Amino acid sequence: MKLKKNIPLIDQHDKFGFWGGKFGGSFIPETLKKPVEDLTKEFHKLRKKRNFIKKRDFYFKNYVGSPTSFIKLENLSSHLGGAQIWAKVVSEANGGAHKIYNATVHALICKAMGKKYIVGDTGAGYAGKMLSMAAKKFGLKCKIFMGAKDIKRQKPNCDAMRRNGAEIVPVYSGSQTLVDAVSECMRYWVSNCDNTHMCVGSTVGPNIFVKICGWSTAQISRELKIQLKKEFKKIPKKIKLINCVGGGSSAYGFWSEFIDYDKKHIELIGVEAGGPKKSKLHAAPLSRNAKIGILHGAASYVCQNNEGQIQDTESISAGLDYPGVSPIHCFLKDTKRARYTYATDEAALNAYKMVTKFEKLNPSLEPSHAFAEAIKIAPKLSKDTILIVNSCGDAKKDRDILKDRLGKY
Amino acid sequence: MNNSLINQSFKKAKKENRPALLTYTVAGDNTKKKSLEILKSISKYADICELGFPHNTPIADGGQIQTSAYRAIKNGVKINDIFSIVSKFKKFRKDKPIILMGYYNMIYQYNENKFIKKCKKSKVDGLIVVDLPHPENKIFASKCKKNKINFIQLISPTTSKLRLKKIIKDSHDMIYYISMLSTTGGKLKVSPKRIIQEYQKIKKQNKSKNVVIGFGITEKTIKLLKKADGLVVGSAICKEITKSIKKRQNTVINVTNVVRKLKNKIK
Repeated sequence: MKLKKNIPLIDQHDKFGFWGGKFGGSFIPETLKKPVEDLTKEFHKLRKKRNFIKKRDFYFKNYVGSPTSFIKLENLSSHLGGAQIWAKVVSEANGGAHKIYNATVHALICKAMGKKYIVGDTGAGYAGKMLSMAAKKFGLKCKIFMGAKDIKRQKPNCDAMRRNGAEIVPVYSGSQTLVDAVSECMRYWVSNCDNTHMCVGSTVGPNIFVKICGWSTAQISRELKIQLKKEFKKIPKKIKLINCVGGGSSAYGFWSEFIDYDKKHIELIGVEAGGPKKSKLHAAPLSRNAKIGILHGAASYVCQNNEGQIQDTESISAGLDYPGVSPIHCFLKDTKRARYTYATDEAALNAYKMVTKFEKLNPSLEPSHAFAEAIKIAPKLSKDTILIVNSCGDAKKDRDILKDRLGKY
Repeated sequence: MNNSLINQSFKKAKKENRPALLTYTVAGDNTKKKSLEILKSISKYADICELGFPHNTPIADGGQIQTSAYRAIKNGVKINDIFSIVSKFKKFRKDKPIILMGYYNMIYQYNENKFIKKCKKSKVDGLIVVDLPHPENKIFASKCKKNKINFIQLISPTTSKLRLKKIIKDSHDMIYYISMLSTTGGKLKVSPKRIIQEYQKIKKQNKSKNVVIGFGITEKTIKLLKKADGLVVGSAICKEITKSIKKRQNTVINVTNVVRKLKNKIK
């Protein structure tokens, strides 16, 4: 299993859609074969069209608000000693998280295909909120599937979705979190694929959805590359890019331009959700060595039991609370290009406390997992090491959880 | 596989001038023992019995079958239990074909080859794997054929003409036509007349294949689809199990009544 150079990772799959011969694919019911094929053709066509790229860049700049800033966390760095800690503040994007890139592109594709309805899944509520925003912007009718447990714990984002005119469909089956929301959304698409477009909220699902999402979030690393050159005159010699990984869309977007570099030069570190310290449950299939399985139309490392039943997960962060992970991250793990670890709920909360104490930054619980890793390794590293954390979401949505766990927000 | 049990069942139904009746129940719903009893009892009226192996993330199943599946998993049914249900059933009625139906991850975790071997040993006649479409299923399907197990291909209203030809070419004795764009158990949103028209397009390609129609078929609609080679009823049966449990009534008797009524409608 080997990575190729000069080809975007999203395109390094075989004709059946597998990365490294075993991750990804399209395990879908017959009914979805045609709509998936149509979408694949359409996306293939659109991404080659100069007009479409122009449109995307226009909306990224004027609607999403690109580029998001790249800042040094001076106080945090000097407090910890060791490496310099920087942040790419993706949470500045319109809506407060990276999910806006994928949502915008899906809305543009939906328009191009002449469909009037768009549906999507959401965990933390950001994917849903952004899709509802993009739908409103482009005049599409929008339905968001969300686990009943997540609706309760991410209320601010639900309010936003409703304000944007989207219908939230609560999902009561299974664990009532993201995994069930994705299943229910796919079921809805099976029944309505003739007039409805489906947006998968992360780099998961059947092959084509991994590709579209990765193609959209890659904007983050395109910006970062330019910002690095501007800040340091050239790309520094020791960089570590730290990103949280649930489905893996922000991590892929943060890394895509840097995958061709040697890992001694630019190390890629993914941080999964380790769950509560004392719990056996977690949402870390990569770092806690889950077996390969098929979930939501793709093969990837999946938290599951011996029988192939999908395991319940547990995390304080709704956005990372997912038993599977993107096939491209499985590929990056097996080719050893990226390193994956996890942070517990407690570590993420402590990281949140520390970052907000020292910096004017308010990272949501998802990137707080990435900050936990940065805080852990920074003191042991040299001053010329540049640690960059993708602060991919804003904590406004977590206000109730933070109030409950830390006594304040 | 010309003289397969599945083929023979269709022939028998044809002789009686009616479509074959296929039932679907979830293995282990609501217990291992009960689901075997249900199977034995409904086999008096059903021509072919489909047995679902329950999965907790079923992306193509509607509420009724989800409920049955969750119930079975909660009651601890394992894949090996499912094989033992089949074995026991086959000792009771070796002339009735059994088709296992489920999602690929469970076969993948069990190991494809081991799964097929177990199917053969417990005398499973056919397999339906919902999320392993053509052409990805070619290797698995040919492994099944080598072991005299029917791999049943699915066709949907969205299947293109070209795909249709290829799928039929690679199919074994039976093909499953999905009546409409829906998960299992949806309300029939296409007129039966229209469904039969689409169905005949498939038959025209190869008359020797047995094509069944499934999804959304109930006591009310089954008669209108009589022209098909076979008709599958699943959610309506699962719903009856749920209802009987809720009312604390005898599931075996109630479900058998439903299946008997279904059979009477197409006689």
